Amino acid sequence: MMNFLLKHGKIILITSTVLVIVSVTSIVTFGFNLGIDFTSGSLWQVRMMGVDTDELRVFFADEFGVEELNIAIDQSENIYALTLREISENERQDILTAMKSKFGEVEDLDFSTISPSISSELKGKAYTAIALVMVGISLFIAFAFRKVSEPIKSWKYGIITLITLMHDVAIPAGVFVYLGKFAGVAIDINFIVAMLFVMGFSVHDTIVVFDRIRENLLIIKEEKKRQPLQEIVNRSVKETVARSVNTSLTLVLILLTLLFLGPISTKMFVLAILIGTIAGTYSSIFFASPLLVFAERFSRNPQK
Amino acid sequence: MEKRTSSIIIFSIILATSILAGLFAFPRGFGASHMPWRLGLDLIGGTTLVYDVDLTGIPSDEQAGAVAGLKEVIERRVNLFGVSEPRVNIAQKESGYQLLVDLAGVHDIRDAIEQIKETPVLDFREVSRNATGDKIYTQTELTGRFIASATLGFNNIDNSPLVVLNFSDEGAKLFEEITARNIGRPLAVFLDGQSITEPVVQQRITGGTAQITGRFTIDEAKTLVKRFNAGALSAPIKLTNQRTVSPSAAGDSLNRMIDAWLIGTALIMLFMILYYRSLGVFAAAALFIYIALTLALFKIIPNFTMTLAGIAGFVLSIGLAVDANILIFERTKEEIKKGMARIDAINAGFKRAWPSIRDSNISTTITSIILYFFTSSFVKGFALTLGLGVMTSMFSAIFVTRTMLRIFVKSKS
Repeated sequence: MMNFLLKHGKIILITSTVLVIVSVTSIVTFGFNLGIDFTSGSLWQVRMMGVDTDELRVFFADEFGVEELNIAIDQSENIYALTLREISENERQDILTAMKSKFGEVEDLDFSTISPSISSELKGKAYTAIALVMVGISLFIAFAFRKVSEPIKSWKYGIITLITLMHDVAIPAGVFVYLGKFAGVAIDINFIVAMLFVMGFSVHDTIVVFDRIRENLLIIKEEKKRQPLQEIVNRSVKETVARSVNTSLTLVLILLTLLFLGPISTKMFVLAILIGTIAGTYSSIFFASPLLVFAERFSRNPQK
Repeated sequence: MEKRTSSIIIFSIILATSILAGLFAFPRGFGASHMPWRLGLDLIGGTTLVYDVDLTGIPSDEQAGAVAGLKEVIERRVNLFGVSEPRVNIAQKESGYQLLVDLAGVHDIRDAIEQIKETPVLDFREVSRNATGDKIYTQTELTGRFIASATLGFNNIDNSPLVVLNFSDEGAKLFEEITARNIGRPLAVFLDGQSITEPVVQQRITGGTAQITGRFTIDEAKTLVKRFNAGALSAPIKLTNQRTVSPSAAGDSLNRMIDAWLIGTALIMLFMILYYRSLGVFAAAALFIYIALTLALFKIIPNFTMTLAGIAGFVLSIGLAVDANILIFERTKEEIKKGMARIDAINAGFKRAWPSIRDSNISTTITSIILYFFTSSFVKGFALTLGLGVMTSMFSAIFVTRTMLRIFVKSKS
């Protein structure tokens, strides 16, 4: 671990930065596939056997004038998630009857419609929640690092914790851009909740490592020894790696069982948290700590 | 020695409480007959209808009353088509009020939607004229919710059909007051936002009966009477949101969720025991206590409804609940490595891991609180169980584990 971080710190930082840049560029160029929570409309899940998506599109367009139809299929469960404009219960029952006569067995599982007034309200609430969690977490970071310790200024820990947080959210967000583009997976309010949860998790995981770095720096100072920062950081990471990995592992165990055995409707929510948790664990060990060393080195010797 | 005795007493109390809590939370036997779980429609199947309430024209201090009246009428309406335990909830938001109607296990909800939609909106308005002579209507507190019953009658002059309204006691009093202050002036009766008749008040009317005459056919009058008897609304409502989950899909979700929960919990316990050996056994025992206490806590929250999101939050909290144990045990291991005696190392582990435990739970708690207050009802369930779970877990992982260790480790050494 010790030598590994020293030798490969730069490569790891570059890899992580590239991943974040790819994620952010994908978000900007492709955009999220927004679900009905944000766009209004209807989301309808039915179970059917082997119906062709093109056939389904033609059916909806010709019979009911539904031109825009987003289809996401869960292959293992034969569940089709159809996103379309707002339809009334009467219309829905008519479509269901017509589908049954055309495609055979159709099991009606889950249906929801959201009107524009509700979706704009949900959007507003999502923004408020994101902003408040950011503010809350920033205040918490300021509180956690309020005791200034040399040689690293406390605000540097704070800034790096925030950069790590963005890294941990950017990765799952990037994955979901591609899931949206290629598998029709839509971003809903649950995804926002998952990202907020990841933010909370990311911060606490990073703080566990940084706390130890600070503690070791204090011990070195008291003992009036001199040791390069990178060695202290490496030792701290080494000391905390078991707890960091183990606390994440218990969460990952639960998330994996939820993903593979849990309900279909929470799958994407769980997947988003799972990716974020793994990114968060990885980043607090391999990203945040080397970043601290490089930031410190750079501020001492900017030319290098 | 004394410390150990008190630990035994404390642990016995915790254990007894947990066993009781477990029996109470378990959905069979004792737990089923005492405050059974209220399950959300995403776990039992059914439809939720969300209505926006249009309160234009109703003074702000009377809005809450009007919405309460709406709730009552819709409940009565929904009862008519035999839904078991219909739930109508009021949600107050910055933009106004919403009514959430939960219909469990209704297969064809078209009829339900129609029935609710066709509930008439009735209110009485005072009439005055402004400077240019235009009519100005002022809404009174007297609305459809004060109607006790309605009957069909006929005008004895031209035999045209009319609707006789019988007010409730409260309604009768309001009607008396309104007629008293409008003698010689017209009083408008609005049905579904339209003035249908504006008779001039001749005298103060006591006894709580009013007649609506107007341009009705006999059939129209009959339908109106029927609808008034089922209840009239005090304000118009609009369906903005619908969610229907089939009972089979809901049951499937519930079963899978419980499977994932049980297997996930077993995996965590197994991991703790394999990795931390004897210390892990205590963590696993504390986790059992955590589960029993937390579930019982959810159950005693008034009006708590367990939803799929709620169970998801609880299941995630189990993944986080052992965090405190891991932080303590890792610290303990470190102290043992430094050469401390086992019992001292455990004590040091608890003491020195506390700041990390506090900090790691703060960020999740912040997120839960914000999610609870600022988002939709789906998210609320998740935030509540996650937030309460994280807080209870601090108690179980620290206090309960420490009490157990004080009893069992001391006897060993």
